This record gives sequence, structure tokens and C-alpha cells, in this order.
Amino acid sequence: MSAPAAPLLELVDLARHFPVRSAFGRRVGWLRAVDGVSLQVRPGETLGLVGESGCGKSTLGKTVMGIYPPTAGEIRFAGREIGRLPRRARRAVAKDLQYVYQDPGASLDPRWKIGPSLHEPLRIHTRLTRTERDREVGAILAAVGLPDAHLDLYPHELSGGQQRRVGLARILTLRPRLVILDEPTSGLDVSVQASVLKLFRSLQETFALTYVFISHDLAVVRAMCAGIAVMYLGKIVECGPTTRVFEAPRHPYTQSLLAAVPRIGGRRVTADFALEGEPPNPRDIPSGCRFRTRCPLAQARCTAEEPSLRPLDGRTVACHFA
Amino acid sequence: MIQNVSAAWFVVTRLARDRSALIGLVLIALLVLAAVLAPVLATHPDDVFELHPSERLKEPSGAHWLGTDRMGADVYSRLLFGARITILIGVIAVGASLALGVPIGLVAGYHHGWASDLLMRVSDIFLAVPQVVLAIAIAQTLGPSLPNVILALSVTYWPWFARVVYAETRALQKEVFVESTTALGASPWRLTVLHVLPNIASPIIVRASIGMGFTILTAAALGFLGLGPPPPTPEWGRTIAESREFLPDAWWYAAAPGVAIFLTVMGFNLLGDGLRDVLDPRLRRSAARDG
Amino acid sequence: MAELLAVRGLRVDFATDRGPAQVLDGINLDIATGEVVGLVGESGCGKTTLARAILGILPEGAARIRGGEVRFQGTDLLRQDPATVNEHVRGRAITFIPQDPFTSFSPLFPIGTQIMDLMKWKSPRARNGAGPSSIFGRYPRERHRADREAVLDTLRAVQIPEPARALRRLPHEFSGGQRQRLMIAMALLPQPDLIIADEPTTALDVTIQAQILRLLRALVKERGVSVLFTTHDLGTAHEICDRVVVMYAGQEMEAAPTDAFFGRPAHPYTRQLLASVPGPDGEIREIRGEVPSLVTPPSGCRFHPRCDYATAECRDQRPAPRALASDHGVRCHHPVDAPAGAGA
Repeated sequence: MSAPAAPLLELVDLARHFPVRSAFGRRVGWLRAVDGVSLQVRPGETLGLVGESGCGKSTLGKTVMGIYPPTAGEIRFAGREIGRLPRRARRAVAKDLQYVYQDPGASLDPRWKIGPSLHEPLRIHTRLTRTERDREVGAILAAVGLPDAHLDLYPHELSGGQQRRVGLARILTLRPRLVILDEPTSGLDVSVQASVLKLFRSLQETFALTYVFISHDLAVVRAMCAGIAVMYLGKIVECGPTTRVFEAPRHPYTQSLLAAVPRIGGRRVTADFALEGEPPNPRDIPSGCRFRTRCPLAQARCTAEEPSLRPLDGRTVACHFA
Repeated sequence: MIQNVSAAWFVVTRLARDRSALIGLVLIALLVLAAVLAPVLATHPDDVFELHPSERLKEPSGAHWLGTDRMGADVYSRLLFGARITILIGVIAVGASLALGVPIGLVAGYHHGWASDLLMRVSDIFLAVPQVVLAIAIAQTLGPSLPNVILALSVTYWPWFARVVYAETRALQKEVFVESTTALGASPWRLTVLHVLPNIASPIIVRASIGMGFTILTAAALGFLGLGPPPPTPEWGRTIAESREFLPDAWWYAAAPGVAIFLTVMGFNLLGDGLRDVLDPRLRRSAARDG
Repeated sequence: MAELLAVRGLRVDFATDRGPAQVLDGINLDIATGEVVGLVGESGCGKTTLARAILGILPEGAARIRGGEVRFQGTDLLRQDPATVNEHVRGRAITFIPQDPFTSFSPLFPIGTQIMDLMKWKSPRARNGAGPSSIFGRYPRERHRADREAVLDTLRAVQIPEPARALRRLPHEFSGGQRQRLMIAMALLPQPDLIIADEPTTALDVTIQAQILRLLRALVKERGVSVLFTTHDLGTAHEICDRVVVMYAGQEMEAAPTDAFFGRPAHPYTRQLLASVPGPDGEIREIRGEVPSLVTPPSGCRFHPRCDYATAECRDQRPAPRALASDHGVRCHHPVDAPAGAGA
């Protein structure tokens, strides 16, 4: 096998903390939404980022995107550290690194027609003439499967699915290299979800995109992502090739997560579902291993020492006893 | 440009469905018509300046539709020319308040720090000053005149716009499209002027319409107190003040400008309410009302 | 099993800007005692409207029931005196678990107050099966005590820790999963015959959902309560339901026991729906076409524009219910007989 390509996106111990303030504005603690995450995404890959609410995956996406400044750690994009850039330089990175909201249609200004909305990214970042921009926009519209006639319509005159495609098109006009997809299929019907996923696949081929796919839907992640990282309370607990992690999860949380997914056909999974309780409040993270309060394997060492990610069986796991 | 015209037409047609808003629209249209066509519509256009003491305090008749005042001038004609002053005061005062209040509101809304707090506290201070008292103070120091009335009104009305714009800007910042356009790399300038402003235009327009009514009423009050433009300017408030000593016999003298003020202010208020209903839930789907 | 609820030919229209939308087009539905029936379908198929029609809480101005009957324990709820339905059926014999746990409680009052309010009116121990005669009516002390005991018992059954203290807390102090447990408790306290659960786990994380589904199924089986469980997630339906009914654009398409539904689906829509669930092989199959408008719905079988087996008959006439096996019904002119996965 040839040497692996340099990662397009690399996170080194990235952290994002939010201050928790009392009624009088005094800071009484920290909400450690992202608390030391390291991972790598290679060009052309699709990395799935999964976890339940409160695990920090959305915050991670927004921090990488620059919507939140990082509290600690590094974000390296194409070899360049971008987490601490001044505002104007950071804005220029948007050309290569983009972010798709759960509802891309909502990212459109409702008072702007589609045409100007699609031209806008080009007007911000390039010096193309009107004709050149028209050509670019036309190409992108075709790539997402929308007719030219839509350029003259307002967002509310399009269906939800069409708005979604326009939202994607707007980002693609910049020809980004990496796109962060934040819960792109959440709340969608299964049949609509299928067409959206197919669209993502075809766009990835057409535009040579790299994806970071944030989702809580494990079935979707399994179908779309070659690699997967599982998050719990701000840290990655298991990370590796999707097939390996799904076939034989090593971290107790991953095991519970996969066991909880309802499956069609066969035995009822919930009949044996064993994980009790709820995740602790992110403002009050347990010492040592964060999962120890619910983990069937927890022992004294788990309270004292926080496990770090170590390689095991073709992936990395953060557990003392996996 | 075309999309603005068609949007405006859409608003007008929707407005027409709301009966009270329609009344407001008609009243304002009449006001504007009266002001613009005053020289044509007036029966005695020269009565703005000329005096006919022999004709004083005549009842409404065929020759003088709304009677004559203490100088013998035709009340109806002076009323029409007074409409010009009324509109002038309203437009300029509200316009100046807009020009001052909207940018301040935008800046305060966009920033999240001491600058924003400072701006809003300053606007609070101006809000606390009663318009009439300030106008009296200005009139005392600078003398009663039309520009001074407008000055007093603008200086005290701009905080209303600042407040509305501040609140709307803050609310809009939470919208996904604002965050996403920022993520696309848009500068704050581009965001504010091209995205925020068009989206908060509706509340501003509504506030402006209601502000016109409010301002005109206050201007009439100032005129009544003698702080407005001096005679022989046919300002409505001053006319009412002049008519006081001749009441209740020469009832037409006070009734005409009084009713005119009433209809004008009500017209703007109805229009403002109607606009608020039309402009905001425009995009909301509603279950059809039971017929 | 005995029939508990039978919906026949239910037709409901909604008023919209563009004319009446035919949201339900002659629905038939059966629920037996002690049975958990899943109602699956995509958004806009009418499952929530059906649930609301059974409960009698359709929006008055906008919705119009055009025909059909809802037979509950022998009586047609649509033709009964609304006051009787309100007192004895809604919230007593038929209770409801809503979808969004975060807005289902009033944020102003402790949950104890809210639950005891429920018991005041809907407790199974109330005299004549109804609560006090007016809002100023008394809440008898013995009944209050007995009710409170029942409340604490039920809270323990839904695994709320320290029930007595929990009663004093406000809703925002509970997580989403805990609030759904409270809603389940409130749905069980009046000792109903039927619980209508409208997507109760959609807003919850998957591990919490697994806990809730397990709990709900255990409790209703223990008490012999029937459940009508609407969901758009087929996996969830498989987990908790004894029988599954699938709806499309206001028409029910197929009804079968869970194993038969997922193992031997006969209706083309069911088969395509099951095929579009992302499989572990990474293959993604869509259903061609788009969901139709309900203002101008397709004639006959509403799925025919998107169906590979459609013929003129499908366009002309809506298929009548046909029984493929004793409890496997389908409404299709060309049901597919091969088992699922044999290639569409």
C-alpha cells in the first residue's frame, strides 16, 4: 500500500468551552462541549462523527468552521493552522472549508431571489465578471439537478427539497475542498433521505469533496462513511474504519449505542437493552473516564485516570478495559 | 427595481382587503392630494396671505365652504395649504429620525459589548425627554419657527426607531441564514446592509407610519401652543389656537382643522396597523377562515 | 382478540389557501384489546390526523370530518354527544402521549400539581366515572390520598427516581427522556383501554429511545392496554408493535403482524419503503417521484403515479381491502407475493 496522503483536516486536542454564568453574570463554571478532540481526515474521505445530544459533535463542527473560536488546541487545514487566524484571513478560508446546516434551505435569505443568493459567494471571494459568474452558477445548478428557471424565484416558492439543493449549490459555488455536513438527514422521511444521500454521493464525485458527516443516525453513517468517530461528552471514545467498528465495537459506549439502534427483522433489540440512566450534565463531567457512571466495566482505575485513545484491533479506543 | 414595484403592489392589494387599513390608505391619499393640489382645489388660494376683514367669521356657505376665520380668510382654502405644512413636518421629522435611529439601532444590534449598551442607554435618555417640553425649550431659545418644530420632533423621536431596529437585528442574528452567510465569508458591512436591513424593513415601515401620526399630532400641539411657524402660516394647530376665543359661535373655525388633524392621525394609525398585519404574516400559511 | 377500536371509511378534509386538502380518504383501521398497533408513514401521510380524529381533537375551524365512523367499544365516537366523549372517553378510556416532551408540560407549575389536576378529573376512582361537576367542585380527601398513592406507584413503575421529591419539581428540571416517562405515567394513570402515542420517541436520543420503548411495551403488556403508536421510523415500529399499518397520502395501504409486515410485505409501497432504509451494504435506493398534493390528489390508489406495477385499474378505482392471510390485509390491485429482498 502506498504511503497515506497527508490529512486535509487535522485536529489536535481541540477544545471549546462555554462559560456558565450565574444570574448576576459571574462565571460559575465551564460547559466543556468539546474537550480535547484529535482526529484526521484524508482528502476524498467521508468521516462520520456520531454521538447523542450533548456529545459535542455539532459544536465541534462549528468550531472547525470558525463559528466559534477554539478555547484550546489546533485546527490544521491543508497543513495550515487556521484556529487562531485574524478575522479577515479566516473569512478567506471559507472558500475551501464549508459547512452545511441541517436544513440548507434555511441558510437562504428569504428576501433574496435564488440567483443573487448563488452569486453572492462568488462576489465575496472572487473577482469574476458577471458573465463568468453566470456560467459558474449555471454549472452548479445543473450539478444539483435544478433548472435555470429557479434563479428568478424566492426560496419560499420552492419545495423543501429544492431549497435544500439550492442551499448546497450556494456552498458549492466556491468549490470547497472540505464540507462539514451537520445532521443533513435529521427529521427527513426515509425516501427523501435516500435521495439526499444520493445527491451527496454524486456531488462528492463531481467536485472531489471531502466530507465530515455529523449525524446521530447510525444506519445513515454506516451507509455513507468509510471512517467513523464516536463522541461522548466532548471526547472521542472510539475511532476507526466503519465496518470494523460496526462489526465489533470495542468501547462499552459504542457497544450500547449500536445495541440501541432498532433493527428491522430478527429479535427485538430493546428487549435486552442494558444501558441505564442518562448522560451526565456536560457542565459537571465525571472525573477520570466520562462514561464510568454508566459503564458495566467501570472500576477504580476509571475514576482516577482518564483513558486516552490507543490503537486496538484496527481502530483506536479510549478505554482501560476494552 | 422591478421586484420592489411588484412587492409594493402585492402589499397594496393585500392591504385593500383589510377594511380599516383601506380607510387609512384613503385618508392619507386624500391628505396628500389636498397638499399637492392645494392651489387647484382651493376656492380662495390667496387667502393664505390676504385679509378680508369685512368677511370675518362668516358661517359655511356656498362661497366659503367651511366659513371664514377672524381675518376673513376662507377656512377651507387655508386648511388645504395647511395640509402642506402638516405633511412637510411629518415627512422631515420622521425622515430625520429614521436617518439617525436606524444606523444607531443597527450598530447597537450587531455589536455585543459596551458600545451597544452605551448606544441604547443614550437612546433611553432621549426617550425620557417629553417632546413638548423639549420643543418649548427649543422655541424659547431659538424662537418659534417651522425648522425648530421639526428639530424638536426629530431629536425626540429617533430612539423609537433605534429600539425597533436594535430588537429586530438581535432577533435576526439567531436566524440560520445570517450565521450561514457569515460562514460563507461575508463581511459585517455586507451582512448588515444587504441582508439585515431588507429583512427588518417591515417593522421600520410600520413604525414610520405610526410615527407620522404621532409626530403630526405633536406638531399640532406645538402649533397650538404657539411654538410652531408664526402667522400667517395656515398651520392647523395654530388655527385651533386662534379659534379659541370665538368658540362656540364660530364652531367651524375650530372644527375644520380639528377634524382634519383627527382624520390625518387616524389615517396614519390605521395604515400602520394594516401594514403590520400585511407585512409580517405574509409568509405564514393559515387555515382558511370560516366564511 | 376482541375488537377495541374500529375505524371505517374515515374521511377528513383540511381547509387550506388553495382549497380543501383531502387528508384522510376513507381510512379503515382495527385495534384489538391488548394489542400494540404501529401506524407508519412519511410526513403528510395523515397518521397524526388519524390519531387526532380518534381522540376528537382535530382543529375545529380548519378540519372537517366528511364521513366514516370511529367505533370504540361498540359506540361511534363521532356521533356521540361531545360532552360525554369529553368526560368519559378522552383522557380516560383513551389517553395520549404527545411527540415533543419539551412542550407537553406547563412550565409554570410543578409536575405534582399537573398530575394531580389530571387525577382530579380523570381518576379511575372518581364517582360515576367522572370528576367534580364544575371547576369549583371538591376533590374528596380519601380519593386524593388514594390517587396520590397510585401516582407514586406509577412513577416508580416508569423508573423516575425518588417519586415523592419529583412531584415537587418543575418540568424544566427533567430531561427529555424523563419527561416522556412522566407522560407515559400520565397516560397510564386513568387506567385507559387505549393509549395513542404520537411519535413519542422521535425527539429522543437512540439510547434513551431504547429504554423508553422497552418500558412502554413492558407496561402496556402488563396492564393489557392497547396502543396506537405512530412513527415514521420503521425500526421503532418493528421494536414495539404487534401489528403494523402503513399509510400513504391519506390512504392506508397494508396492515399485517410485524413479522409478516417486514418479512413478507405485499404492497409495492411497503416494499419500496423498506428498501429505502439505508442498508449496511451502503446501497441507497430511492422511491422515484414526489409525495402528491392532497388538494389535488391522484385518483384511485394514490400511490399509482410512483408504482412500478400500476395499471389503468389503479388509477380508476381505489382498491378494496383484501385479506391475504387471516390478519394480513392489503389494499392493492396487484399485491406482490414474493418475500422481501427478492429484488423489486
